[in-house]
Amino acid sequence: MVLREDQIERYSRQIILPGMGGKGQEKLLDAKVLIIGAGGLGSPAGLYLASAGIGTIGIVDSDKVELNNLQRQILHSSSNVGMYKVESAKEKMTGINPDVKVINHNLRVDSKNISDIIRDYDIVIDGSDNFPTRYLVNDACVLNGKPLSHGGIFRFDGQVITILPHESACYRCLFPEPPPPGLAPSCQEAGILGAVAGVIGTIQANEVLKYILGIGDLLAGKLLVFSALDSSFRQVKVPRDAKCPICGENPTVTELIDYERFCSLRKNPFGRS
Amino acid sequence: MAIVKVRVPTPLQKLTGNCPEVQAKGVNIQELIDDLEDKFPGIKERLYDETGQVRRFINIYVNEEDVRFLQQDKTSLKDGDEVSIIPAIAGG
Repeated sequence: MVLREDQIERYSRQIILPGMGGKGQEKLLDAKVLIIGAGGLGSPAGLYLASAGIGTIGIVDSDKVELNNLQRQILHSSSNVGMYKVESAKEKMTGINPDVKVINHNLRVDSKNISDIIRDYDIVIDGSDNFPTRYLVNDACVLNGKPLSHGGIFRFDGQVITILPHESACYRCLFPEPPPPGLAPSCQEAGILGAVAGVIGTIQANEVLKYILGIGDLLAGKLLVFSALDSSFRQVKVPRDAKCPICGENPTVTELIDYERFCSLRKNPFGRS
Repeated sequence: MAIVKVRVPTPLQKLTGNCPEVQAKGVNIQELIDDLEDKFPGIKERLYDETGQVRRFINIYVNEEDVRFLQQDKTSLKDGDEVSIIPAIAGG
């Protein structure tokens, strides 16, 4: 691939980075990244990946832009209220960078469609906003061998981990089960400081860029924990769990299920013995 | 009896007077949580389920290590250790 003059100009500030060069830029332009959720995390991730020149970016979201999103979902503007988020996202991302092909997946992922959706991408960013989806995305990525950047936010706190299936810990190695529905308030119920979403989503974009370029150390086997109130960043170790029901020695989860159904089951909903 | 720092996540801070970091003591995690309960009543119930196990959506770390891979709540503590309570969060 020969970079055009305008591309050399556009990407000049990263092309000159040590270890990057034209070859690194080509890797980004050839890459395909899927972002699940065009909300608080998906917004900064999408903006930075489009700016960096990721060649193909898929966005999954079935919602429309609402006024209360605009406090933190920086992919969307006041004039987009009422529009489908994937359309608003595509408009913004291609507006920043016409090099980027944005593929809209205007739907919710479920056990039936997710494997087909993630198949063509190199890496997935989880920017969803509920536990059932997070476990589904983790399971789909592990079963399909797809690297995953997981990020989560709540009030003033955020967490990020990079999951390399069968190499590093998956989300279920970290948290085997989600809280029961009553103990898992959404951003709507609990609140979120907008810039916290920015910090975590941007770190996720950073992880994806490092993965594609093959540089630096990923947050694989590590959970980065951010607390906005004292601006602290900590990392804790996340080992692979030999008893993990999906990536452990004796997996009991071998196919995808829609966890929404299982959240109401009392006994052993996650296949763990 | 070790004196350690405990990092408290946002969801539990209303029990600790909004302090993100508190001091507590114990020879191991179990004693530490009992000490936290003395100082901040109600915190133990948020951490343990009815069978006396740490809830599976909350992890406890001593320095950087997850106690599930050490001696769980019998993991011993020494002065100056930093204990972190980290719950699963799903906002996005």
